[in-house]
Amino acid sequence: MYNKKVLQHFKSPHNFGKIKNPDGIGKVGNIICGDVMWIYIKIGNNKKEEEIIKDIKFETYGCVAALASSSMVTDLAKGKTIKQALKINQEEVLKSLNGLHPIKMHCSILAVDALLEAIYNYLIKNKRIISEELKKHHERIEREEKIIEEKYKEWTQIEEKIHDSKE
Amino acid sequence: MKIIKTYLDYAATTPVDPRVLKAMLPYFTEKFGNSVSLHTFGQEAKKALEKTRSIMAKALNAKDKNEIIFTSSATESNNLAIKGIAFANKNKGKHIIISSIEHSCVLNSAEWLEKQGFKVTKIKVDKYGLIDPKEIEKAIKKDTILVSIIHANNEIGTIEPIEEIGKICEKKKVYFHTDAVQSFAKIPIDVQKMKIDLLTASSHKLYGPKGAALLYIKKGTKIEPLIHGGGHEFGLRASTVNIPAIVGFGKAVEICEKEMKKESKRQIKLRDKLINGVLKKIPDSYLNGHPKKRLPNNTNFRFDYIEGEAIIMDLNSYGIAGSTGSACSSEKLEPSHVLLACGLRPEQVHGSVRLTIGRWTKKEDIDYLLKTLPKTIEKLRKLSPYVQ
Repeated sequence: MYNKKVLQHFKSPHNFGKIKNPDGIGKVGNIICGDVMWIYIKIGNNKKEEEIIKDIKFETYGCVAALASSSMVTDLAKGKTIKQALKINQEEVLKSLNGLHPIKMHCSILAVDALLEAIYNYLIKNKRIISEELKKHHERIEREEKIIEEKYKEWTQIEEKIHDSKE
Repeated sequence: MKIIKTYLDYAATTPVDPRVLKAMLPYFTEKFGNSVSLHTFGQEAKKALEKTRSIMAKALNAKDKNEIIFTSSATESNNLAIKGIAFANKNKGKHIIISSIEHSCVLNSAEWLEKQGFKVTKIKVDKYGLIDPKEIEKAIKKDTILVSIIHANNEIGTIEPIEEIGKICEKKKVYFHTDAVQSFAKIPIDVQKMKIDLLTASSHKLYGPKGAALLYIKKGTKIEPLIHGGGHEFGLRASTVNIPAIVGFGKAVEICEKEMKKESKRQIKLRDKLINGVLKKIPDSYLNGHPKKRLPNNTNFRFDYIEGEAIIMDLNSYGIAGSTGSACSSEKLEPSHVLLACGLRPEQVHGSVRLTIGRWTKKEDIDYLLKTLPKTIEKLRKLSPYVQ
């Protein structure tokens, strides 16, 4: 089911946990479907005065593939400029993990979604210009969330209660 | 840490008992005959087949050994029972009753029959997975031809009141089938006392080989075969008979029946140690299924805030084998229908784990599990956004 690399990231995930006062948070997935990923980012500057992802952490509820994808996407993004990080895609995550079973492909998409949402969140908060591509990406995630929320209305209310009691 | 191999998935399948293997071996080589041949080779095989039929009849307290037919799997037996009864009795009616916690081979057979014009009622269960026989009585209509209820559920181990259900079906003159795959030769079954018309059992769940199963069909039951051919198994299941596997199945049942009392007592002790240990050691953990009306070898838990496949794979890295009802581990990415039927929310189902013990489970295995599982749960909860 899983290759060595995936299992390594699952057993010893990189960059897990929270960042206090993050500059951006990306929250994707749905507990009803079985995968939830939260990515926190802290932004800094490199020597060329470009904005970079200085620190990145994840919290994930999900299976082996979801946890490994989260670990991998945070590894890929750490230290990159925002411009470079926005180029990280599903193929890159998959390739770095030496592949996932077709049934688990969505986990790698979710991980990229969480990263891009965290960056989107940072850019919006700081009133930056957002590229058409990123905007479209964000709108797609919002649309998908709405579909799931509608589908599982009854369950989602319970889920919010769990969130509230835990936060 | 030293990795000890700890198999806690006996409800999925079991290793073949060495005594069973020994009994099977001659039937691969010197006693290889086809049970329908007239010569000595064939008759030797035939004799072994009929002896096994008698063992099964005795274990079930069937009236006649010819009420037992052998198939290749429990899935096949359940398909034959449900579709076979439906096809043979469609002139009487087209209504079938099952429960919402049947094994998928019963569920999918019934759902397939729906597409062929039959009507299916699924009886609901309570939070422990128990069926109320009164609900079945209420659901039986004039055109009901079959009630099929699992004896003990494969995921949560809940034992259903099948004797009461059997009596209702007898009174209402409806065929009663039970899927006894998890219970046969593990807890007492008496087809006459329990008023069972058809019963499914399988070899590989009770330390026999894979590839053998049975269907008990009470004399006089109207049933159509699904596999047509050379008239084997009283014309109900054509195919060259898999003698080695069936001989193994027979030996396995003999051993189980002989050791049942002592073994179930031993397993219940281990099971309760496992249940109490997990619930005591792990916060936000719960037992799925009935606390008392439960198979001696079954435990099923759910853990809040984490997902079951990750639990199973982390345990696997410590040499412990278990299973989960999480959607993430299923081919269809759907959470367990059994746990949903018990009223659990999908996220609770995702966090569920089944650990089933067996003949070779020792106290040390439970101790090792109780040492390892809390660490696994704690580690995964650290990664979860739902835990502070």
